[in-house]
Amino acid sequence: MEFLFEIEGANFSVAGNASSTIKRALKQRNVDPAKIKRIVVALFEAEINVVAHADHGTIRVLIEDHQVQMFVKDFGPGIEDVKEAMREGYSTASNSVREMGFGAGMGLPNIKRNADVFEIESVKGLGTNAHIIIYL
Amino acid sequence: MKLSEIIKNLDLVVLNAANEDADITSAYASDLLSDVMGNAQAEELWITMQTHKNVAAIASLKDIPAVVLINNGKPDEDMLAHAKLENVAVLVTNLACYEFCAKLYNLINCEL
Amino acid sequence: MNEIIKRIEARPVCGDVCSLRTDDFEFAFASDLMSDVLRLTYEKTMLVTGLCNVQTIRTAEMAEIKLIIICRGKKCDDQMFKIAKECDICLLETNYSVYRVCGELYSYGIKPLY
Repeated sequence: MEFLFEIEGANFSVAGNASSTIKRALKQRNVDPAKIKRIVVALFEAEINVVAHADHGTIRVLIEDHQVQMFVKDFGPGIEDVKEAMREGYSTASNSVREMGFGAGMGLPNIKRNADVFEIESVKGLGTNAHIIIYL
Repeated sequence: MKLSEIIKNLDLVVLNAANEDADITSAYASDLLSDVMGNAQAEELWITMQTHKNVAAIASLKDIPAVVLINNGKPDEDMLAHAKLENVAVLVTNLACYEFCAKLYNLINCEL
Repeated sequence: MNEIIKRIEARPVCGDVCSLRTDDFEFAFASDLMSDVLRLTYEKTMLVTGLCNVQTIRTAEMAEIKLIIICRGKKCDDQMFKIAKECDICLLETNYSVYRVCGELYSYGIKPLY
């Protein structure tokens, strides 16, 4: 089963819609609730990152029998130092993002904690690609 | 209740000592800076998990005598430096927000 | 639940709050930052927060939290109600601060989750 979402930067009123859609799809497939939780948290944080930092992006979700794969691609400022960005508490979020309740520097660590595989690469000034796999 | 007593009773770690004689009757728990700017009262304790420099700056602007960082928060270097400059106490607790607020509230209210 | 509502002078604004039993909720977690909420796993937990926007509801949905207490006199908007209803999440509004709500819930017997 495959889903493709277009994510609009800075649009917090719809951020989370992709994660919500996937959550429903996984529930319908009777996926283990603990796995659903991991998948949706990782996906939600990735989605929020695109909204918070990028101009726009796409998220492709592949629900397979043995795993769920998420391909997150955005066009935006990119991450200057990925290693730093993975550190809990490190954030480059703007004040308006912090006011939305995000930007505390836990998004990427939250993804890492929940994923079985998490690969991320970024080019400053261009954007970021992330590949997340959670085994079922 | 005096800040020094609160520090003792709730086992707070002191990263910047200041205002230990301040009489604390209430606290404001928030991580949203504009909420704090708009609503926190002078002489209230500010409870937060935010650790960046803006916290010290806002505390000083709002005459908040002390900031309590929950979850063992480590303040950024420039936050601590600014707090020292502005005479804002920086205290740390290993408790999460709910538990810390609850204990502080009951501590202060039992005294009143 | 009525007892809790009285203690914190809350108004149920979404969901069938009165049908909730207090022993459905043993614990509470307070935060304004949604990534903080997403760090942890919850059971029988109510969320106490001053963050009043759609993301609060979405975060609760992801974290399987079924009751949110919105503090500081903030008012939920229609979009929040819509998503809360879809996800079966109950909302209470109160003018009390997060700090005061935590204090009152604790003395009522609601335990910290962490």
